[in-house]
Amino acid sequence: MFGLSSKDTRFLLIVVFLTLATPILLQPFPEGSSLAQFNAGYPDLMQKFAIFGIFAIGFNILFGLTGYLSFGHAAFLGVGSYTVVWMYKLLGYNVLPGLVLAVIVSALFALLIGFISLRRSGIYFSILTLAFAQMSYNLAYSVLTPITNGETGLQVYSNDPQILMGENSPTSPHLFGIVMRESTQFEVGGWLFTLNNGYYFCAVIAILAFYLSLRIFRSPFGMMLRAIKTNQTRMNYTGLNSRPYTLAAFVISGMYAGLAGGLLAAMDPLAGAERMQWTASGEVVLMTILGGAGTLMGPVLGAGFIKYFENIFSKINDGVLHAWFAFLPDGLEDLVVALIHPFVGKGWHLTLGILFMLVVIFLPGGLVEGGQRIARLFRSKKTKTAGPGGRNRDHQPKPAPHVAE
Amino acid sequence: MGILEVKGVNKRFGGLQALGDVNLSVAENTVHAIIGPNGAGKSTLLNCLVGKLIPDTGSVMFDGQSVLGRKPHEINQMGISRVFQTPEIFGDLTVLENVLIPCFAKRDGAFRMHAFETVAHERDIVAKATQMLDDVNMADKKDMHAASLSRGDKRRLEMAMCLVQEPKLLLLDEPTAGMARADTNNTIDLLREIKEKRDITMAIIEHDMHVVFSLADRITVLAQGTPLVEDIPEKIKGHPKVQEAYLGQAHG
Ligand SMILES: Nc1ncnc2c1ncn2[C@@H]1O[C@H](COP(=O)(O)OP(=O)(O)O)[C@@H](O)[C@H]1O
Ligand SMILES: [Mg+2]
Repeated sequence: MFGLSSKDTRFLLIVVFLTLATPILLQPFPEGSSLAQFNAGYPDLMQKFAIFGIFAIGFNILFGLTGYLSFGHAAFLGVGSYTVVWMYKLLGYNVLPGLVLAVIVSALFALLIGFISLRRSGIYFSILTLAFAQMSYNLAYSVLTPITNGETGLQVYSNDPQILMGENSPTSPHLFGIVMRESTQFEVGGWLFTLNNGYYFCAVIAILAFYLSLRIFRSPFGMMLRAIKTNQTRMNYTGLNSRPYTLAAFVISGMYAGLAGGLLAAMDPLAGAERMQWTASGEVVLMTILGGAGTLMGPVLGAGFIKYFENIFSKINDGVLHAWFAFLPDGLEDLVVALIHPFVGKGWHLTLGILFMLVVIFLPGGLVEGGQRIARLFRSKKTKTAGPGGRNRDHQPKPAPHVAE
Repeated sequence: MGILEVKGVNKRFGGLQALGDVNLSVAENTVHAIIGPNGAGKSTLLNCLVGKLIPDTGSVMFDGQSVLGRKPHEINQMGISRVFQTPEIFGDLTVLENVLIPCFAKRDGAFRMHAFETVAHERDIVAKATQMLDDVNMADKKDMHAASLSRGDKRRLEMAMCLVQEPKLLLLDEPTAGMARADTNNTIDLLREIKEKRDITMAIIEHDMHVVFSLADRITVLAQGTPLVEDIPEKIKGHPKVQEAYLGQAHG
């Protein structure tokens, strides 16, 4: 189905299901319980999961497949956001024109930056992309103030033209009248679920983005990109010009980033220069590596993980900790709270950093590799119980690791 | 006129004359060996043929066209495939994918944006690559990680990757260098098999003249960057100049 093998179709359907059910799956704890703050099923965070998922999926097409590590992809994120806000200002709050234009503008921008940066490889390529992104960031902050509104950030003012705005048009981002920030809430037992328009809009686009990346992974083009990562010498002596391949991958990933940036502005009609800062470029690198570079699901998992940490762990303060450990004797309670304190709240970066190091050292394939190892553990238990008739995997040639999962 | 015509090629590295007035003609459907002691300039000559180096003077014509100034991928698209001294393969890809890539390169050219096609749906190409692997007795290893192959199998795979492109000229740079005796013999057998089964033009660069003796139709002996003699293998063996170039080197 959809031009996919039956295995990939099943995989895609699982992803679709998980994405659509996210508002329910991420609310495992009843409202008002002490664990409710671990619930992630609120619109703002779920939107980030989907948007940064898209960002990381696109980044993975460049970094995961070709091995070219860009440290400047946040520039495209910013370009996407500015484009969408400009369309709000000129046309109106319908997100569609802005998103389409965001993809086009970021593609052109990526073509320019990619064309120059891809003249070098390895660390020099990374530095070039970083330099471009920092340049864009500084320009957005200062010289380009008429376009970016500098420090304040770009936003819609009441005297903006908004020529397509009708009498009854919504006054916040919407898609043909479906207002992004509106939600339907329902309660089942003690559980509260929020189905947000904005999230579902992002989710549908994320599914499309994932499907496209799946097609690219299975295409001859995707295979060429993996070949570039492995051996460019052989690539060239096989009659292939690696430059247009890497440039195409760079532009595609730039378009994904522009789309993600556009969606950020579609959820919240603001665009600021800090979105282009190098920390934002670094974040998508972490997401991709944490989840598993070069795998299909990895970047999405990595994006979800990091955004979860950023939003949930950062909210655990000492008051919350004291409430949790209130059952302990007072002295012990203080000690435990003091021990945990550096790792939560403002210290969430520390926990994430440790986690990142553990993954890179023990699971070079990222979280996806962790999942595969666990799955293999279960499978090998099953084959053992299959008795002497079961074939022993160790005595067969080692199959290549599949890029799926 | 041969399919490959090298005329008056010179190449200097600083003060060192690596190639001095090299003339060479490789006739179609023959196996031409270029032998010579270490440092004779064999690899330099080969690099001048595939676009890695540009000669200081002279011309290199392939199939009636000059290759000078062209990039390696353009020269490959003209019909020259190359086997490296140490096998260059796509280690992270499967054995089958390694052979698929040259098939796509041959059919679609140096670049094509085939992002919405599916490899598995390209039945003709998959069939061709599978057949090629069968021909070199590697069909059972097609799903293996290419990096996990033995050295001999890597060489075999690299040959398959070149042969599947049906090149007009196959260049081999010391295909048995650093190999154990058994692997060397296997490689020679493979080359002989290729020669018998296909109409192919090969230029083999070799240090050890015994490797190419039974294989080559013609042999050129290169010493200090200049061709000494060119003849059929039988005449080369006892040639006094060759004895001098090789033995003089070996004993001196
Ligand atoms: N890139 C280079 N720069 C400088 N000298 C080189 C270079 N490549 C080869 N040479 C020199 O040119 C001579 C011929 O080398 P080469 O062609 O590799 O010989 P062969 O392959 O016959 O052993 C040697 O003296 C070698 O040191
Ligand atoms: Mg050599």
